[in-house]
Amino acid sequence: MLPYILRRIVSTLPVMAIVALFVFSLLYIAPGDPAVVIAGDQASPEDVERIRQSLGLDRPFLIQFGSWVWRILHGDLGTSIFTNLPVSTMIGQRLGPTLSLMCVTLLLTIAVAVPLGVVAAWKAGSFIDRAIMAFAVFGFSLPVFVVGYVLAYVFALELEWLPVQGYTPLTEGFWPWLQNLILPAIALGCVYIALVARITRATMLEVLQQDYIRTARAKGMGQGGILFIHALKNAAVPIVTVIGIGIALLIGGAVVTESVFAIPGLGRLTIDAILRRDYPVIQGIVLLFSFVYVLVNLMIDVTYTLVDPRIRY
Amino acid sequence: MDRRTVLKGLAGAGGLALSGGLSAPAIAQGASARTLRFVPQANLANFDPIWGTQYVVRNAAAMVWDTLYGIDSSFQPQRQMVESEEVTDDGTTWTFKLRSGLKFHDGEPVLSKDVVASLNRWAVRDPMGLMIKANQQELTAVDDRTFKWVLKQPFPKLLFALGKNNAPVAFIMPERIAQTDPFKQISDYIGSGPLKFAKGEWVPGAKAVFEKFADYVPRQEKPSWLAGGKQVMVDRVEWVIMPDPATAAAALQNGEIDWWENPIADLVPVLKKNKNISVDIGDPLGNIGSFRMNFLYPPFNDVKARRAVMMALSQEDYMRAIVGDDNSLWKSLPSFFTPDTPLYTEVGGDILKGKRDLDAAKKLLAESGYSGQPVTCLVAQDQPITKAMGDVTADLLKKLGMNVDFVATDWGTVGARRAVKAPPGQGGWNMFHTWHAGADCVNPAPYTAIRATGDKAWFGWPTSPATEKEVTSWFEAKNIDEEKAAIGRLNTAAMDDVVYAPTGFFLGYTAWRKNVSGVAKGPVPLFWGVSKSA
Repeated sequence: MLPYILRRIVSTLPVMAIVALFVFSLLYIAPGDPAVVIAGDQASPEDVERIRQSLGLDRPFLIQFGSWVWRILHGDLGTSIFTNLPVSTMIGQRLGPTLSLMCVTLLLTIAVAVPLGVVAAWKAGSFIDRAIMAFAVFGFSLPVFVVGYVLAYVFALELEWLPVQGYTPLTEGFWPWLQNLILPAIALGCVYIALVARITRATMLEVLQQDYIRTARAKGMGQGGILFIHALKNAAVPIVTVIGIGIALLIGGAVVTESVFAIPGLGRLTIDAILRRDYPVIQGIVLLFSFVYVLVNLMIDVTYTLVDPRIRY
Repeated sequence: MDRRTVLKGLAGAGGLALSGGLSAPAIAQGASARTLRFVPQANLANFDPIWGTQYVVRNAAAMVWDTLYGIDSSFQPQRQMVESEEVTDDGTTWTFKLRSGLKFHDGEPVLSKDVVASLNRWAVRDPMGLMIKANQQELTAVDDRTFKWVLKQPFPKLLFALGKNNAPVAFIMPERIAQTDPFKQISDYIGSGPLKFAKGEWVPGAKAVFEKFADYVPRQEKPSWLAGGKQVMVDRVEWVIMPDPATAAAALQNGEIDWWENPIADLVPVLKKNKNISVDIGDPLGNIGSFRMNFLYPPFNDVKARRAVMMALSQEDYMRAIVGDDNSLWKSLPSFFTPDTPLYTEVGGDILKGKRDLDAAKKLLAESGYSGQPVTCLVAQDQPITKAMGDVTADLLKKLGMNVDFVATDWGTVGARRAVKAPPGQGGWNMFHTWHAGADCVNPAPYTAIRATGDKAWFGWPTSPATEKEVTSWFEAKNIDEEKAAIGRLNTAAMDDVVYAPTGFFLGYTAWRKNVSGVAKGPVPLFWGVSKSA
């Protein structure tokens, strides 16, 4: 297993290199100019040009790319054009809120979607099944920002149970941390819950037709044991896969969710950086997201061996 | 050990893991009467008011750095850091003395050498500063509290230049910071103003914190805009960045923030209904909407085509598209200057008055030789103001029979593309939309958009020798009557040549919780004099 994991980690390097080249090229040819944004409306074209020179944006593509790669190889993601802060510092400031949001959403999803999917499969064709699947379709169809606004209106403005916006670090207490994440996690988790519930139901339906399930029933095993010990464990591989793929969905959704709930996470940093053409920050974040995605895929592969002993690398 | 202790312990351990050991932002801390939570108009993405000239940077900098003079609400420069000034009879040598007891945030005294270095950096980036620099013989520190500015020719607007609130403002920084290349960003934010910048708590895009500077010595006069006594009544001012207006509105209603600088017009009715919220005009100088036509290429290289568009445009259509049906928020503007300011004039603005004459406009356009070539119209869709104006313009041009190439894009792209001088079909453009803060349009000094120096002018590169002649007349004017006469002629010339097209004057609201008092109208958010009860 260890050699496999090491091989996979090493194989991420060419992937990251291709991502880096792609992102750098894309930003180079994209319209927009950070020097113009910095200089402001009153600046003369000469001022804009001098700022561009001071930022090194007038240099040829290959030189800019080479110097960026050189810095990356030395562990330096560069400095933000706008804030003059190291990109690693800016990402570090935003990592906590985004990780918190993703963790809570992930836990919420697993806690809600998997049981819903299992129950829907168990009661396949019944009213309960149809109700759960209707909920899933509803969850798929609603845009994150609509859910966010409705939740904020009902639970923050009308009932005054939870705050509208913001983020409190976990170091300041569990409840202050959690109360800022409940509404965003529900808003972000809606699509994800729908997806995982549907996959769980479909996989469970297949597993519940297997002979060993009939045998377990014949032995007099309880329904809960059959569903959650025998069936769910055997249905776990595709569910784990979808949960893993969903991480990408969460990263995308976090951009909108963080804007709606004013959470100072990586999603908002990404949007701000793109709108301002803050190239080093965009490149740093995309590299980080790519790395996370590759890492999640590796973790999924490793998880397969835990839920299905037949899988070996 | 009880349940809460266990949870706190878990929280501490988990928090470290989640933050990766790095300091994490605390955006939603408990409200305190000594902390004012403010939602600014935009993100504070950098904090060098000379390097970056965005309004939001200027607004934050006005808390942290003080100025030698400050413009008050009657547009007069008043002494701020300066105790006294003397000018020789020929108007060329100014000697200034600083107030005693002025300190920087690191405890060091403010000295003349700091002032000289600050003015030198500012003068490289500011249009008025450049004029003074070109006219300068020497700028020197005489002693710790005295400095001297010797000019080749008198410059009557010198004190206005030192106190104006248009970016870049002549803020006073320590010499070691002010010696930074004006085209490079500073990273040390030691200021001279009433609030200190808490660099360690700055999370660009999310939060910026300013703390009361205990050693600041306010003037004794009543505060008025950037002049007078800057008495800070709270311990902390927290800027909370909220890109989503609906979230900001909800947070204000919920008491999670205290003051929202610029609520959008659509949400104002909701805020006005809330008994805990006050809503009023924020900046009485408002904004002037505009679109600029490219003087370099057909059809707008011909003044007849530009005039045809001016004759047909209805400012009411533009203003309603921007602010909705609230008639108290806009005015027609047959002028290039800010209404209700001393130099405001409508002389020469007839082309924008009265009923719109589409037929006459079409005739004039035909006389210009327009023959249906595409008109490339840049419209930033991510800015509600430019989007609204762009839609009206597209309709206007179509009514005139023009072939509109509507380029819907974002503000960043407009910012870059408008600087391209290539022909419209090759990456250039014919028209783009923007707006100007009213504070920048009170006179020609900070008003880059009115200048018509051709290749050296602002985007669109207008050429109008008559306009430039009157700008010079205003700078040379010796009294207010001469200034007014020059501005009248200037407005006429700029209208005749259509330096740009003003689409109207509009105001914006500001909103705050009723437990906050002392919010004053001004061209920048004024935090001194603002207090908050529990």
